Amino acid sequence: MSDLSDTAQEIHDEFSEHVDATVDDVEERLQTLVTEYKVPVDEARRSVENHYLDEAGLDRDDLAGGGGNETVQVEDVDEPEQWVDLTAKVVELWEPRSDSVGQVGLLGDPTGTIKFTKWAKSDLANLEEGKTYRLGNVVTDEYEGRYSVKLNKTTSIEEVDEEFEVGDNEDEVEGALVDIQSGSGLIKRCPEEDCTRVLQNGRCSEHGEVEGEFDLRIKGVLDDGRDVHEVIFDEEATEALTGIDLEAAKQMAKDALDTTVVADEMRSSILGRYYRVTGPTFGRYVLANDTEELDAPADPEAVLIKARSI
Amino acid sequence: MSNAPTREVARRVFASEFNDAEFTFKESDDERAPLYALLPTGERANRVFVVGTLTETEDIGEDSEYWRGRVVDPTGTFFVYAGQYQPDAASALREMETPTYVAVVGKPRTFETDDGSVNVSLRPESITPVSEATRDRWVVETAERTMERLGAFDEEGNEYVERARAEYGEDVSEYRQAVLQALEDFDVQETESAPDA
Repeated sequence: MSDLSDTAQEIHDEFSEHVDATVDDVEERLQTLVTEYKVPVDEARRSVENHYLDEAGLDRDDLAGGGGNETVQVEDVDEPEQWVDLTAKVVELWEPRSDSVGQVGLLGDPTGTIKFTKWAKSDLANLEEGKTYRLGNVVTDEYEGRYSVKLNKTTSIEEVDEEFEVGDNEDEVEGALVDIQSGSGLIKRCPEEDCTRVLQNGRCSEHGEVEGEFDLRIKGVLDDGRDVHEVIFDEEATEALTGIDLEAAKQMAKDALDTTVVADEMRSSILGRYYRVTGPTFGRYVLANDTEELDAPADPEAVLIKARSI
Repeated sequence: MSNAPTREVARRVFASEFNDAEFTFKESDDERAPLYALLPTGERANRVFVVGTLTETEDIGEDSEYWRGRVVDPTGTFFVYAGQYQPDAASALREMETPTYVAVVGKPRTFETDDGSVNVSLRPESITPVSEATRDRWVVETAERTMERLGAFDEEGNEYVERARAEYGEDVSEYRQAVLQALEDFDVQETESAPDA
């Protein structure tokens, strides 16, 4: 059945430019054919595609995109459901978690990296790690602020001989740490496979009451007086920032019979100080890969010269 | 993603200018609309970030605890008030030894005194101890931000500059003086600082 929703997603991706239907709409149509009328999935897909072709007044050939796509770089991908062309190197291949996925991994170009998914049924040639390809007609997608591209059966793959350094699309932000938001400190996450949601009062919004697993995290706000940047520090970054590791945090909470003492302790040791954080941006957040406290002596000279000149 | 309310920037402002920011306003009639103080150099401030020396703390509450702290920068003193609705800041003021360097994130508030004058104070969201280096960095940063506002003060069509001119007048030379004074302090400190400082 998850197979069916994948198929629905593919069909949706094919038509997203032309037809105003949600993935659920598509899946419902497939579901009706497959479960109620015992139509094989392949035939059901054909039928549903024909339905949307009719609705959009298109021929099957129109779906291939007609070569009118924008050629983009990885950093330009900032909107889901765009049909684009991309030249990128296969940085990593990952183990597919579902039979419907043929290949999954990371593509990169000089501007950054982006996840890609190639459907099993798309009948495309396999991509090789380290090689660079020109990919025609891929669809962008977004999940929780992260973008990816999907290769589908209309995608063209052409190996090209281009050498470049893959960019790390990391951002650098700095400022005073002016807030540590709720959901920071010692938290519990849902232990269900692939879930990891943060529990609220012992409940996961997806799986209900569960025995959570402890984790450390800080959601902080860096402010330089012009802009604010929300930053997430994972367990490792939190330990580097505060000197409190997961074991110490658990012990603190145990001694106080209260998990909130951990965030309180962290607040008093890092709030109000200046930091420079580098890491990739996902949606609203910069994920802290590297954090440096800006505690070198201030240099007023340059500013003083400027101040005297005005 | 974009439907989350955007967080207000914490402005950098020296005490001498902050204490002159008597005029406050809201951008809409909504009861929960944020309150802004109008800075005399022509910017609105819903939140400020201040680093200075906490020199005195005093519980001035009658029925319940109400703490007042004095936070001093090179140009003047911020008055910080924290009561039962700012429990973290109140307990910080209760427990901190003075003098010590502190960072304060807070909201500008005004109140009218019995003699009709307006006092500007700071309602803290957090008060935390910081190092001298952090304090010095703040002074330089605040000088820069203030100069940026002064640089924009002659611009036509800047809404907050126009309001500031109307409310406080066109003379901002004292804030330029304050910037110079704050920065020149560093020279004095360097030549005067004793080895046992």
